[in-house]
Amino acid sequence: MNVLVVRTGTANLASVLAGLTRAGGRPTLTDDPDAVRRADRVMLPGVGAFAAALVELRARGLDAALRERITAGRPTMGICLGMQLFAEASEESPGEAGLGIVPGTVERFRGPGVRIPQLGWNEVIPQTGCRLLQPGHAYFANSYRLAQVPAGWHGALTTHGEPFVAAFERGPVLACQFHPELSGAWGRALLTRWLEAGERIC
Amino acid sequence: MLTHRIIPCLDVRDGRVVKGVRFSGLRDAGDPAERAAAYEAQGADELVMLDVSATPEGRATAADTVRRIRAVLGIPLTVGGGVRRPENAATLLEAGADKVGVNTAAVENPALISEIAERFGRQCAVLALDAARYADGRPGWEVVTQSGKHRTGRDAIAWAREAAERGAGEILLTSWDRDGTRSGYDTDLLAAVSGAVQVPVIASGGAATSAHLAEALHAGADAVLAASIFHDGDYTVVRVKAELVSLGFGGRIRL
Repeated sequence: MNVLVVRTGTANLASVLAGLTRAGGRPTLTDDPDAVRRADRVMLPGVGAFAAALVELRARGLDAALRERITAGRPTMGICLGMQLFAEASEESPGEAGLGIVPGTVERFRGPGVRIPQLGWNEVIPQTGCRLLQPGHAYFANSYRLAQVPAGWHGALTTHGEPFVAAFERGPVLACQFHPELSGAWGRALLTRWLEAGERIC
Repeated sequence: MLTHRIIPCLDVRDGRVVKGVRFSGLRDAGDPAERAAAYEAQGADELVMLDVSATPEGRATAADTVRRIRAVLGIPLTVGGGVRRPENAATLLEAGADKVGVNTAAVENPALISEIAERFGRQCAVLALDAARYADGRPGWEVVTQSGKHRTGRDAIAWAREAAERGAGEILLTSWDRDGTRSGYDTDLLAAVSGAVQVPVIASGGAATSAHLAEALHAGADAVLAASIFHDGDYTVVRVKAELVSLGFGGRIRL
């Protein structure tokens, strides 16, 4: 199952590629917007800063290509910062516009005694309507989070100080705050379900 | 709720896992990729690989070892040892590390922490902090470097705070007094550091039993690292987690 992985500059690419391979995918890297438009499946990984990733995406016209295929409901997955880029903005980079696929601003964790960044395994609790997301523990590495599941999407929640969005899905489009490629057997099974969801649709 | 992490540590020299007390009297403890896969299957939450090679040839092997581990490992991997420049971090991340630990070089050049954090993200920048009680009996702990050979005289708590301000996303805190002694973690040190910083703190040095791990978590550690108890086969990760649950801790249990 072919999957195109978008080069965003500073992602933990080796882990993403290895994770997709173990899940049954055949990943290749790209920074070509036309390839992103055509691909059966596209993965937007993300480690690094909100603004830096957007500058990189816009410089190559990848932002428009991603927005088009996600809006059209084609198999696409965002991981960690890749999920946050779906939003309109982030407190991490004030004034920088996100892809704007879902409403809302990504905010920093807050509250007394909350360790930042959140590093570790947290419980993923899917709300009704989720098909790809199942209950389990996933590995998170983030300082910012989306507080509410966007309207029109099915989400899973978790808690670090306060409840926040662990992931959201619509058809074969899946955006995860956690790292499925680092979430052991549970994460590998999720990647496989997403790869296969693309198979049914393409 | 975030669960406490159990982190086996692989000390790797020239492509092999080694074990020993304070890096002396090293004994072979197997193939790194095989050990890594076995620990993930047991339910390890994360792995740390410390490259303890003494030669440039050994250092060059480290990236290959990371590549071999990454191919089989589906949990996070932190790699430390010999990282002196952001380019060293880039090499390890490209090979498959998710986080990079800096130690001696960061004490000598604290800007290294911010350089790695800015380029790869805070969550990639781990400060490996080795601390020992002051030799002259003063209260508190000093930073030690060069695998314990050099006592800096620098206050360990202040250094932890400075490193977090400079962008370290996590602190791997090793008690040099306890490392290899099997007498338990230095819980006073853990409480002092985890109270001084907002970033997560990993306890290291001295673990021999599940009760030691529980003490570290009670003292404020977010995660516990151990090497010899797992390598020697005294404990599996499964057993440690089951015992921690019986002591009242939640966890990510896979049996």
